[in-house]
Amino acid sequence: MDSCNCIEPQWPPDDLLMKYQYISDFFIALAYFSIPLELIYFVKKSAVFPYRWVLVQFGAFIVLCGATHLINLWTFTMHSRTVAMVMTTAKVFTAVVSCVTALMLVHIIPDLLSVKTRELFLKNKAAELDREMGLIRTQEETGRHVRMLTHEIRSTLDRHTILKTTLVELGRTLALEECALWMPTRTGLELQLSYTLHQQNPVGYTVPIHHPMINQVFSSSHVVKISPNCPVARIRPAGKYMPGEVVAVRVPLLHLSNFQINDWPELSTKRYALMVLMLPSDSARQWHVHELELVEVVADQVAVALSHAAILEESMRARDLLMEQNVALDLARREAETAIRARNDFLAVMNHEMRTPMHAIIALSSLLQETELTPEQRLMVETILKSSNLLATLINDVLDLSRLEDGSLQLDLGTFNLYAVFREVLNLIKPIASVKKLHVSLNMAPELPEYAIGDEKRLMQTILNVVGNAVKFSKDGSILISAFVAKAELLRDSRTPEFFPVPGDNHFYLRVQVKDSGIGVSPQDIPKLFTKFAQTQSTAIRNSGGSGLGLAICKRFVNLMEGHIWIESEGLGKGCTAIFMVKLGIPERLNESKLAFMPKVPPNLGPAAFPGLKVLVMDENGVSRMVTKGLLVHLGCDVTMVSSSEECLRVVSHEHKVVFMDVCVSGMDGYEIAIRIQEKFTKRHERPIIVALTGNTDKVTKEKLMRVGMGGLILKPVSLDKMRSVLSDLLEHRVLFEAV
Amino acid sequence: MDLVQLQRQLVDYRTSLYHEGFLDEQFTQLKELQDENNPDFVVEVVSLFFEDSERLLNELSKALEQQVIDFKRIDAHVHQFKGSSSSIGAQRVQKLCIVFRNFCEAQNVEGCLKCLQQVKHEYSIVKTKLESMFQLERQILNAGGSVPV
Repeated sequence: MDSCNCIEPQWPPDDLLMKYQYISDFFIALAYFSIPLELIYFVKKSAVFPYRWVLVQFGAFIVLCGATHLINLWTFTMHSRTVAMVMTTAKVFTAVVSCVTALMLVHIIPDLLSVKTRELFLKNKAAELDREMGLIRTQEETGRHVRMLTHEIRSTLDRHTILKTTLVELGRTLALEECALWMPTRTGLELQLSYTLHQQNPVGYTVPIHHPMINQVFSSSHVVKISPNCPVARIRPAGKYMPGEVVAVRVPLLHLSNFQINDWPELSTKRYALMVLMLPSDSARQWHVHELELVEVVADQVAVALSHAAILEESMRARDLLMEQNVALDLARREAETAIRARNDFLAVMNHEMRTPMHAIIALSSLLQETELTPEQRLMVETILKSSNLLATLINDVLDLSRLEDGSLQLDLGTFNLYAVFREVLNLIKPIASVKKLHVSLNMAPELPEYAIGDEKRLMQTILNVVGNAVKFSKDGSILISAFVAKAELLRDSRTPEFFPVPGDNHFYLRVQVKDSGIGVSPQDIPKLFTKFAQTQSTAIRNSGGSGLGLAICKRFVNLMEGHIWIESEGLGKGCTAIFMVKLGIPERLNESKLAFMPKVPPNLGPAAFPGLKVLVMDENGVSRMVTKGLLVHLGCDVTMVSSSEECLRVVSHEHKVVFMDVCVSGMDGYEIAIRIQEKFTKRHERPIIVALTGNTDKVTKEKLMRVGMGGLILKPVSLDKMRSVLSDLLEHRVLFEAV
Repeated sequence: MDLVQLQRQLVDYRTSLYHEGFLDEQFTQLKELQDENNPDFVVEVVSLFFEDSERLLNELSKALEQQVIDFKRIDAHVHQFKGSSSSIGAQRVQKLCIVFRNFCEAQNVEGCLKCLQQVKHEYSIVKTKLESMFQLERQILNAGGSVPV
């Protein structure tokens, strides 16, 4: 058939195949057109699609394919040349695009595939990170638990609470079945079950400490897994199946007596407690690393907390001990004070009471000596005199010493003749020395001043004591007394390093040496010589009597005189030398005229020593008032008597130069009156000097009197001479302090 | 008796008083105070002492007879008595006063009563002795002599 341009009937009746082709083409075209639409739609929906260009290409390819198939629809029937042209164009284009696309795909498909692998990789990574996150979280939780546990443990300083809390918290955190603490016993040979989580009162269950498993735990600072059959782990009722895993860790215990900070990391002698932790049985749980770390940390914390608790206990105990000691010391101090007060009271009483009878005995015995006696009687009287002198000396020594110790002894300074003192000593000692056939010689350096200022009586007492000792302890030989002014070089003696005398313008140091050839002293006894009542044990000394107080008192006197005394001896049988240095004042030349009147008024000055001196006597006791008046009248004073304090205040006037006031030991009147009198006379020169008459001369009374402003104090009973010297002293110096 | 004998008797008597402890040094002091201006000083003082003591002893007896004994007052009286006796040198009396005071402090009624008796006894003895001594002195003076010191 020729191709013609006429339109053929629509459906050639016998071409069914053609019909099916026509329909398929139509649907194909439809599908082909819808695919790019879908693609565009979905790509638009998704945000990420890197291959736009590929899509366009693919879209073009599909569209053209669809177009081709669509145009095919027209070619089933007779069609014109234009259709054929269009068809051809479409086909050509389609071919081009498909080839290009095919070429493009070669590049693209590997890329697309690699995307897939990357995706897989990322997924793995995410899973890994997840796992790590889980781990970190567990660790952080563990850390939190540790902190919480530590806080609980360290919040208390009580040992039991610490341990109990540890077990409870550990049990909770780690969900343990049982947690137990074994402490070493006192002997250190066994471990005793001390604390458990669930059993309330573990009954002294002990395990010997030298078990290999226990040793293994103790030797490692980490947590050690132990077998559930270990004796320390067998403390719970057997589970049905498998007992849970058990770990044990050592807890170092602080042993206080070995506590040295430097040793802390090493812990030399170690005592450990054992902490055993058991997982619940019948569970498949295992000990995880982080749990073990937790346990280790906790064990360390517990050790620290326990050590703190131990230290606290120790310090509390020490504090209690100190308090007890304080109480005991306080008691001892109060007892000592009571004892001292008792002694002072005793001395105060004895002071007067002892001296009076002694005085009477001595006075009367000496009077007796003057009378006519048979030789036997004379001997008896001499013995009495000697013994009573000794006794008087002893009493005086003891009283002196107690006053020296009291610190209440003051030197009576005055100007005296130094040569006279030594001469006096020599005179006193010569009789005894000649009896013993000892030769005594005195050597006084020419540069010694004739007069010196110091306490004459006590200086003489010291020299006499030293010389007396020399005589006492020598059986034969000679005694050499030398006195000279201590030179500056000699002042620094290597034997007396603490003594640094400094000579000055108005004082000098008198150095006296007494050398004897007697029994001497052994070098180790020398320090004891100056202690009270101590005597060396040789019989010679014991036979010669003496209380051992002499040197002690001398030392005190010498110290009061700012000096030093010591004894040198080369040994027993080699004699000894006693040396002392005292500080004496140099009297000024101008006072030479005074020297003649210092300080004792000679007894034959005559009765009217103080003519017309107006004095006031206040005494409640009529008899003693009269006696005192008699004394003063005898001395020429103009005496006014009053018998009470009110009268005294009324009568006293500025004409009265001295007021003698009797102050009884217990009454306070005297002191108050003194104050009132002082208030009455505001001008110093109008005020009378107030002197107290009393029987008590202890330190307390004197202090009271000084505080109140009394001019002086006289011990009753008052003799005529005493009153005379008191008045002369008073009027010269306006102050006395004490006349005994 | 002639003068010398009288004087010797006085000296012996006085010495015995000292020896037996009735008098002590204080009495000697009193005697020293006696001179031309005060010829009767000792007698005056001793007479005053006797008056004072009688008074004090009466007070003491009364005080100790009371129902409720005021030990403070008694102590004060004894203190006075002690003072006076020591001022004239009546040694034994003074010593007893000290003992008396101790009993007062201890508030021991029995002791106080006993002491009071003793004190009275001693006092009367010393009074008698002193009076005899003064009588001797007066005799000597009447005989024209001087009293030995």
